[in-house]
This record gives sequence, structure tokens and C-alpha cells, in this order.
Amino acid sequence: MLSPTLNIDFMGKRRIALVLSAVVVLVSLGSLVTRGLNFGLDFTGGDLLEIAYAGEADLADIRAALTEEGFDNPVVQNFGTVSDVLVRLPPQEVTEGGETRDRVIAALQARDPSMELRRFEFVGPQVGEELTEQGGLAMLIALILIFIYVMLRFRWKFAAGTISALVHDVIVVIGFFSIFGVGFDLTILAAILATIGYSLNDTIVVFDRIRENFRVIRRGTAEEIINASINQMLGRTMITSATTLLVLLCLFLLGGETVSGFALALIVGVFVGTYSSIYIASAAALALNVSPADLIPPKREEIDDLP
Amino acid sequence: MNRYPPWANILVALVILGGVLFALPNVFGDDPALQITREDGSPVTAMTVPGIIAALDEGEIEFVEAALDDQAALVRFPDVASQLRASEVLGEALPFHIIALTLAPRTPAWLRFIGLEPMSLGLDLRGGVHFLYQVDLESALDQLVQTYAQDLRTRLREETIRNTGVEIAGGDTIQFGVQDAARMDEAEQIIRILDPLLVVNRTTVDGQPGFQVQLSPMQVTERQNFAIQQNTITLRNRVNELGVAEPVVQRQGLNRIVVQLPGVQDPSQAERILGATATLEFRLVDSENDAFEAARNNRPPLGSLLRFQRDGTPVLLRRDMIVSGDQLTDASFGYSQGQPAVFVRLNSQGASRMLETTQANLRRPMAVLFIEEKPELVERDGEQVLRNTREETVISVATIQGVFSSNFQITGLTPFEGQDLALMLRAGALATPILKVEERTIGPSLGQDNIDRGRTAVLTGFLLVVLFMAFYYRVFGLTADLALLANLVLIVALLSMLQASLTLPGIAGIVLTVGMAVDANVLIFERIREELRNGNSPQASIRAGYEKAFSTIADANITTLIAASVLWVFGTGPIRGFATTLGLGIMTSMFTAIIGTRVVVNLVYGSRQVERLAIGGSRA
Repeated sequence: MLSPTLNIDFMGKRRIALVLSAVVVLVSLGSLVTRGLNFGLDFTGGDLLEIAYAGEADLADIRAALTEEGFDNPVVQNFGTVSDVLVRLPPQEVTEGGETRDRVIAALQARDPSMELRRFEFVGPQVGEELTEQGGLAMLIALILIFIYVMLRFRWKFAAGTISALVHDVIVVIGFFSIFGVGFDLTILAAILATIGYSLNDTIVVFDRIRENFRVIRRGTAEEIINASINQMLGRTMITSATTLLVLLCLFLLGGETVSGFALALIVGVFVGTYSSIYIASAAALALNVSPADLIPPKREEIDDLP
Repeated sequence: MNRYPPWANILVALVILGGVLFALPNVFGDDPALQITREDGSPVTAMTVPGIIAALDEGEIEFVEAALDDQAALVRFPDVASQLRASEVLGEALPFHIIALTLAPRTPAWLRFIGLEPMSLGLDLRGGVHFLYQVDLESALDQLVQTYAQDLRTRLREETIRNTGVEIAGGDTIQFGVQDAARMDEAEQIIRILDPLLVVNRTTVDGQPGFQVQLSPMQVTERQNFAIQQNTITLRNRVNELGVAEPVVQRQGLNRIVVQLPGVQDPSQAERILGATATLEFRLVDSENDAFEAARNNRPPLGSLLRFQRDGTPVLLRRDMIVSGDQLTDASFGYSQGQPAVFVRLNSQGASRMLETTQANLRRPMAVLFIEEKPELVERDGEQVLRNTREETVISVATIQGVFSSNFQITGLTPFEGQDLALMLRAGALATPILKVEERTIGPSLGQDNIDRGRTAVLTGFLLVVLFMAFYYRVFGLTADLALLANLVLIVALLSMLQASLTLPGIAGIVLTVGMAVDANVLIFERIREELRNGNSPQASIRAGYEKAFSTIADANITTLIAASVLWVFGTGPIRGFATTLGLGIMTSMFTAIIGTRVVVNLVYGSRQVERLAIGGSRA
């Protein structure tokens, strides 16, 4: 059980945390620039087939069959089990995906009639481009809306703290996918937006307590009050992260290959989001010299400001 | 004392009861089934059912029930194997009927009677085909500009206004110069009368005073909308011909049409029928000139067209068309003297043209031209543009043996082509070429796997969280568990009510909600523990815990709702499914976690003296 009298000096270690975060963000950015992302079909366009065989699938043979059929550089790999295969083809010259599908099936069926097509996806280049644009736009709009909301509820220093935490989270989660080369598709993008929601949730809860404590505890420096607030909310932060991670692990392990990437992104997101609400959001607010006046909602403050 | 007014308790009870009722249809599962409708759209009558039963008995196929369901007959099967076999058997036994694979919910009649339905499952859960088509709006505009240019040419000629030639100067601009400057006003008048909406500018063309005519923005939008609507209707007709239960055909964004065909297992056939534009033309054969000669020089004589038959034999056709495909009112496939044939019926205008022609040309040969258009991407100015390639083949040349008008038959096609052609002639032509830009086909076994996996993930996650909460927060944890259960029921109830399709990402949203929904309770319970530690009485701590945690919970949930709404607005398909369940889950969880648990806590502790609360924690 977590002791209710915990008093960890979170803010005292904020410089170490800052260095750590800076390193992780830089590594993430570096990897994004040099390695990029292993974009999925949704973004690149092309064809994807999931095929189930009765027995163990012979990947080399499948690859040979496809090359023979005139498909260059097919990506053939197992998908979940040894008898399931995922075939990915880059966008073809003939952009009507149906023909590709029929040719691949015919070629593979000729070698092993036990094959069963479980899934076929074709995404034209037009759609891929659009999705990439839309995804980036969605992320930006979410951040702006959230900034406005937090501004209205907490004033700008905390909004700035929140947004820096969210940007940090997004970079690190995307960086994770870049560094480990995990496939990045549309569902991952959704997971990142959900991460933004989750991390924000955490940040807001801590900020709420900081605001309350600024009002209740009149003595003490901003640093002490922030520390106390984080410690008070630590139990809740841990429990909520634990239950969320529990269900995400279920999704990751039991939900099948299609949602495992999604679950993974959220798992990384929960860790990063929890960390960032403590170190990035609070530390940023502290660095901006947050004072009680910055926390009390605008209406109250206007009255306080009157000469 | 902590007591809610009675109405609050009743409200919670009512909401939960309503939730259970709406969620109820989901526990009964589905039967694999066949939906049988008539090709011509008329309702299936009770007379058909005995025929179905007889055919199934003869084929020794097990079935659960065969009955009328609204305008269609519905046959339920114990398993997918008998469903598939029955589909073949019935396809032969019932000509002129469309047989569609579907899933029929086993919802009891009384629930169906009050209008309750189970959640609708997305394609990734039930299997099927999803196509996204892009409509070539540019060519829709081109067609319109061409028409205007043609009309202008004719009108100017009629009024004998000499001009430098009406040309299309790229895009939607038509321009021409007027040789006699004095007649500029007259020319302008002609344009204005042709269509007052056109934007007319005076300019200099080839050193002559002239006009630049452009489509107005309103005309452009109107034309584009028309092209999309017309194509949507045609696609819907074709989908109906395909025989699919609960298809979706709808516009998406500016220039896309999404088509979803649940249960369809042959994407190739569906695609061929949806995307193709095939039509027929009837022309007289020009037998006065030598077709082979014309083919050698590749120069058809004036007034004739050079076309080829399947085997490469050249045929010369008269330029004047007798009847074209859009004058057909009905077409069906069948056999005539052992040959596959398409039986067609013409509208009155077409019929009278046909009558005149056959009367005047007895014993002369007539040809049927089969025209197929296929969209293709071509490179133009470094950009990929959609263009149609047109293939014209003479499928039959026959001597006119007698006079006929509205009804006749066409041979010369394979059975395969004959069926497709009949279907396409019935469904109408596409106004503008379409190109498939996305396809997602999910096999039926993967769909079932996804359902099973999703269910396992939700249930396991739910159970773990329930155990965790009960262990950590004792009695309070159990109330949170009740709230979580109620929350799941409410999400399912809302999804069934809204008939929003549930997809795998949607299930992921539910799983995530299960994990995050307890957050509200965690906040409240931690607060209560804190109040207890500060030496407050149990009752006061409960009250303070709920009150003080409220604004935090609201803040936290509203921000997550913002993220979910952005996803919902920007996302399509799977992303939207995730956003829907996440958003609904957050809203229902606010209700169950704050009000729901309070009702239970009040019932347990509210009306008595309490020494200590069973809320876990070291000093509680």
C-alpha cells in the first residue's frame, strides 16, 4: 500500500528530470529525422493481404511466388502465428487495387490451395496523403482546443505547462515508434490522441490540487506547494495508471495483432503521460514563476487586482 | 447523514433499468441467414416460402426457420456451412431472386416489437467489403463545358455571327473572337440567353474582340453535386442488384462515395459490377463499303465507323445510332435456344426508333456495340489524373428478320458477361467515371476472430479492474465495481440505441474506458481517505470527498472529451468508431461513477452512525 504520508521531493529533482526529458526528446527527434517512421498502409498507400494457411506458412516460397508474378519487393512476414502471413506490396502502377488482389490470390493459391484470404486492404496514394495531412491537423487542433480550455480554467502559465507536457508526450511516443520501427498506422494516431487525453487528465488533476493548495496553504514557496500537491495526488495517479495499464495489457495480449500496436502506443503513452504531468507540466509552471494569482480563475483575480 | 432525495435514487434505478432493456437484445447472438428478395424489387410473398423449404429439403440442408420478414424471405441456418450451401442451392432453385448472405439476430419477437435492436457490427467484426470511390469531378465539369461550347457554336452559326471558332481554353473557360465588332452585343446576348448564370468577360482573342465565358462558382458546385448524387444513386442501384443485406452507400467529403457491403465474400465480383460502365448501342451495318479495306487503311468511309468483333473481324457501322443503352427500361439474362442472351425492353422513344428502322431495313444487318469504360490513372502535367478509356466491341451482327420495337434479345456474349451486362443496364450508367481509392475486405473468419478477441479483452480487463478495486478500496471498491458494470451496460445500450456500428477500435475504446472510468472513483475515494486522515467523521468525509473531487473529475473528463471529439470530427471509419465509444464511455462513466456510486454508498452508510468506513488504506 502506498503510504499516505509520502513526501518525495519531486521538484527538487526537476533538473535531473529536465536533462532526462531533453535527452529522450532529442533522441526521439533524431530518430524521427534519420530513421523516420515505419508508416503503415494507411499513409503510404499500397496493398496488404492477410492470409491464413492450414499448416506452417513457407515465407520464402510465398516471396518467390510473388516475385515471379512481377511484384517487386514484397514484404512477407508472419502475423501472430506461424500459419498466418501478412503480405505488403508497395503502390502498384495499375492503381486499381482489385487486380493486384486477384493476381496475388491466384499466384498463392496455385502453390498452396489451403490458403484463405482473411483480409485485403488497398489504399490509393490520394487517400494516404490526405490521411497524413488530416492526422497532423487533428493533432494540432486538439492541442489548440486543450490550450484554450486550460487557459480558461487555469490561466496561461498552467496552459503553457500543460501544452509543453503534451508536446513532450507526443514526441516521445512517436519517437518510440520510430526507434523500434513499429508499424505506424491510423490506429496509432488515434492512440496518440487518446494519450493526449490521458496525460492531460493526469496533469489537470495535479493542477487542480496545486490550485487548491495555493488557496488553503498560504505559507510556503511555490515549489513546496507543488511538491505537496504531487505527493497528495500520487496515490490516485498510481492507481489510475495501474487500472489503465491492466486493461491495456489485456488488449495488447488478447486483442489480436490488429490492435496490439494501438495498445502498445497507449501503454507507452500512459507511462510518458504520468511522468510528464509531474515533471514537465509542473516544472514548466514553476519555471514560469507560477504564483497564487496565476491559478485563481480569472473572475476572482480581476477583483484582487483592483487597486 | 448522507441521503439522496428519493427522486435521485429512482432516477438512477430508471436509467440503469432502461440501460439493461436497451442492452438486452445483444445477449441473444445471431444466426447465419439468407435474405431472399425479388430481382424486380416487388415484395416476396408467402407463396415463395414453401418453394424455399422444398429446395432446402431436396438439397438435404439443415435450417432453423424459413419465414417472411417484411418484404423479403429470411432463412436461418445452424451454421455458416449450411448457409453457404443453401445460397448455391437456392440460387438455382429461385430464378429472378436475389440471395444475400446475412446475419439475423436472434432477438425475441417481443423485443423486436418494441423496436429494440442489437448493436450493429462494423465490417471488421462481421466480414465484408468496404470500397471508397473517388468521383472525377473534373471530367464532370469538362462534360458541361463541352455542352456549352457545342451549343454556342450552333447558336452563333444559326445567327450567322462569324467567329474565330469557339474553343475551350483550358479548365472551364470557353473563348471565341467575333470577326464583326459591331455584332459583339448580339453575341453577348446569345451567351446570356444560353445560360444567364455564365460569367461573361469581353477580351481579345486572336487579335479580335471576343469573349471569355466561364462557369460561375454556383454552376460548378451544382454540377459537382449532381455528378456525385447521380453516381451515388447508380451505385446504390447496383448494390441492390448485387443482393446485399444492409448495404451502406453514402457520400463522404467533397468527392468520395463510400460503399460498404457486409457479408460479401467475393470482392472481385462486387468491384466489377460497381465500378464498370457498360452499355449498348444499336447501329445499322454499312454493307456498301468494304470493312477489310477500311481496316487496312485504317480509314473508314465518310458517315461510317470502323469497329471490330471479338475475333478481330472489322465491321463498318453507320454513324447514326438507332438506340443507345439509356433508352433501355429493363434487361434480364436468360437463354435463348441454348445461347446465353440478354432480353431487353426499350422505352417508347427507343421503341418507335427501332420500329422505324427495322421497317425500313428488313433483311439488312444490324450490329450491337458493347461499350465498356474503365477508369485509369494517367500522367498529365506531372499529376495523376483520372481518365476513362473506352472500349467498343461489336458483340453481334444479325440480319433483321422481322419488324420489332420494344422487346428483343441480344446474343453473342458469354453467360458471365450476359449476367453482368443485364445487371448494369438495369442499374443505370455512372454519370462520371469513378476510381477506387481504398478497399478493405475482411473475411468472415477474421471477423469472428475479432469479435472473440475483443470480447475476451473486454471481459478480462473488466474482471482484473473489478478485483483490483475491490481489493484496494473494500466496500467502496465494490460500489465502484457496480458502477463499472452499469457503465458497460449503458455503453452497450447507447450503442444499440444509436445504431452506431461497433468496430474493433470501438471495442478498444470500451476497454480503455473500463480502465479510465474508475479514475473518478479513485479520485473520490482517495479524497475520502484524506478527509478521514485529517480527522473528519466518516459521514462528513464521504460528503466532502464527493463534493471536492467533483470539479477535478469534470475538468479531467472534459479534456478527454475534447480529444475524443477531435478524433470524431477528423477521423473516418475505424478512428470514428474508437472516438464514439470513448466519448460515450466518458459520459456514462461520469454518471455511474459520481451519482451511481453515491446512491449505493448512501444506501450502505448514509442513514446510520458509522464508526469506520471500509475503504482500505492504512489509517482508514
